[in-house]
Amino acid sequence: MYEILDKRELNPLITLMDVYAPRVAAAAEPGQFLIVIPDEKGERIPLTICDYDSQKGVITIVTQKVGLSSKKICNKSKGESFDQVVGPLGHPSDFIHLSDEELKGKRFLFVAGGLGTAPVYPQVKWLHNHGSRVDVIIGAKSSELLIFEEEMRAVCDNLYITTDDGSAGAKGLVTDMVHKLIAEGKEYDSAVAIGPMIMMKFVTLAMKQYNIPLIVSLNTLMVDGTGMCGACRVTVGGKVRFACVEGPEFDAYQVDFDEALNRQRMYASVERESDHKCNLRG
Amino acid sequence: MSKIPRVKVREQDPKVRAANFEEVSFGYNSEEAILEASRCLNCKKPLCVQGCPVNINIPAFIAEVAKGEFAEAAKIISEDSSLPAVCGRVCPQETQCEGKCILGVKFEPVAIGKLERFVADWSADNGIQFSEKAAPNSHKVAIVGSGPSGLACASDLAKWGYDVTIFEALHRPGGVLEYGIPEFRLPKDKVVAREIENLKNLGVKIETNVVIGRTLSVDQLFEKEGFEALFIGSGAGLPKFMGIPGENLNGVVSANEFLTRNNLMKAFRSDYDTPIYVGKKVAVVGGGNVAMDAARTALRLGADVTIVYRRTEKELPARVEEVHHAREEGVKFEMLTNPIEVVSNGEGWVKGLTCIKMELGEPDSSGRRRPVPVEGSDFFIEADVVIMSLGTSPNPLISSTTPGLDIDKRGCIIADESGVTSREAIFAGGDIVTGAATVILAMGAGRKAAKAIDEYIKSK
Repeated sequence: MYEILDKRELNPLITLMDVYAPRVAAAAEPGQFLIVIPDEKGERIPLTICDYDSQKGVITIVTQKVGLSSKKICNKSKGESFDQVVGPLGHPSDFIHLSDEELKGKRFLFVAGGLGTAPVYPQVKWLHNHGSRVDVIIGAKSSELLIFEEEMRAVCDNLYITTDDGSAGAKGLVTDMVHKLIAEGKEYDSAVAIGPMIMMKFVTLAMKQYNIPLIVSLNTLMVDGTGMCGACRVTVGGKVRFACVEGPEFDAYQVDFDEALNRQRMYASVERESDHKCNLRG
Repeated sequence: MSKIPRVKVREQDPKVRAANFEEVSFGYNSEEAILEASRCLNCKKPLCVQGCPVNINIPAFIAEVAKGEFAEAAKIISEDSSLPAVCGRVCPQETQCEGKCILGVKFEPVAIGKLERFVADWSADNGIQFSEKAAPNSHKVAIVGSGPSGLACASDLAKWGYDVTIFEALHRPGGVLEYGIPEFRLPKDKVVAREIENLKNLGVKIETNVVIGRTLSVDQLFEKEGFEALFIGSGAGLPKFMGIPGENLNGVVSANEFLTRNNLMKAFRSDYDTPIYVGKKVAVVGGGNVAMDAARTALRLGADVTIVYRRTEKELPARVEEVHHAREEGVKFEMLTNPIEVVSNGEGWVKGLTCIKMELGEPDSSGRRRPVPVEGSDFFIEADVVIMSLGTSPNPLISSTTPGLDIDKRGCIIADESGVTSREAIFAGGDIVTGAATVILAMGAGRKAAKAIDEYIKSK
């Protein structure tokens, strides 16, 4: 069970894996996540589901080497297995409940940051297949760290790339591109931002003035991921919510991002690793 | 007979055990068990049996222990309980069987729990199993959750010939026995894993990593997987918080999170990856068994621990033995104290609790005197970790994805005494029906539901 059927290094930090997990693949929908335990003594690591094939029983995950556990995941070879995989977890994206009629011609803007491009992909693909019009902005530090560019181009109407250093697409941040698109007269009915918490915070601040509903997917800390431990709690609209069973997607304008950012750091001082250099937000 | 004092159980020295996760109590040896068993009066109308939620024939098994016939004793227990090694350790005997023991009126009650534990451990050590079962009847029953209610339900159904599959959301079976109750009270490999092995020997299949309501829906279990009946024993659920300012500061965790990291994920062992933040000064808010478990775990991980409870020692919902053990080990208690704010250190972390003193007023709906704040009594308790142990509210995963399954105001599944719910073929029991309660009550509910499921399938 949970065998790694295929593995591709997307760049020096990010690895894509196809994993045999038939029950997860059969039930997965856009917006959901899963939990992987790399080996017997490993942690429960929440990862977004990047793609799924219920026929073959395969799910695709994308992992960025950040700390001990993500390295353990990335260092597994094709043919090896994970100790455990459980999912899908969390609510699917709200749009899957819309009728085909409603989806047809509906205009979406997706803003993906770094690894967040992975969970954006199945959502864009799903909407594309249901006749929606989807524009996607992918932001990365540099061209080397861009992922899913070609795959995304195949399923969206317009793809816009931004990099911090200008090595691909426009030089600058995803928020610059958001402002630019709106200034050019682009109109959207709905927007989704997925990426590092700090990026989602700034996309939320940037979009607020445009009156476009915005959804974010919160990558909080989790242990069980099934609504038992409360590690994932976030304040949304002044209320405590559990991202694992009530999320992970929430109305961006209601999220207390500063609290969420602080909570992500809770175990930074005690994580069992010594050489952690975060490349997410430099 | 009653002149013999209750045989004391040998325990690890409090100073030693405060720094390890080995089991606190060593349990009786054969001589001690026989001596203790000889104290039983073998009452004609045994009140202890009435006090037992699963009505174990207590005088009968104790009589066998007194004769040294331990295997016979085990057989008698096995007729009514599928988890004796667990119940002998974690049941609140003082309010159940032992609370009714007639010896307790003048002297000390017979140590029924310790005897049950002895018999269970002895038979496990000697490879004795009671896996007699009826011929397979090929009726498929699904059980959701591998905690005490699910295990008990599965055990009975398997013995009656049913084809039973347990679906467990976590990666290890056992539910609260695995993630909640710590090693020093309930050893995982020696006791929990062994009980689960016994169940597998009865033919019960356990599929881990299946979250009912997400991986599979209840309706899919019937339609796609071909089950004829379903028992939901999915357990207690989401941790409650107080709703006071500062609760989402770093350093504030639920008891469920703290215990899950330590027990299920084995954070106390340096060879496991899961981190746990213990801090130097820990405040545990709450007074139940879970609060005691969290406090004693934090203590073992090296912290200075204080339990903050809004009533007095008399009202503590935790078992007397757990409170006693916690105190012996060095856990401090701040009674009649209620936090009103979690105070920040200015950098996103907790530095302590602002508390208010309480006094007891009129009795509330639980019959206990209601704690009332004393105006102007605010004071500060320093803590770099705060563990909230205030109970849980039901997990919505199953109820929100199962049409026609009625829930009450709290979100608990509505089920009658035998586990019958508002939907045909769906039965439920344990904490998901009652709200957080005890292992033995959940077990009892699982067994009653097994009977109801048997009758339901036979009547079809």
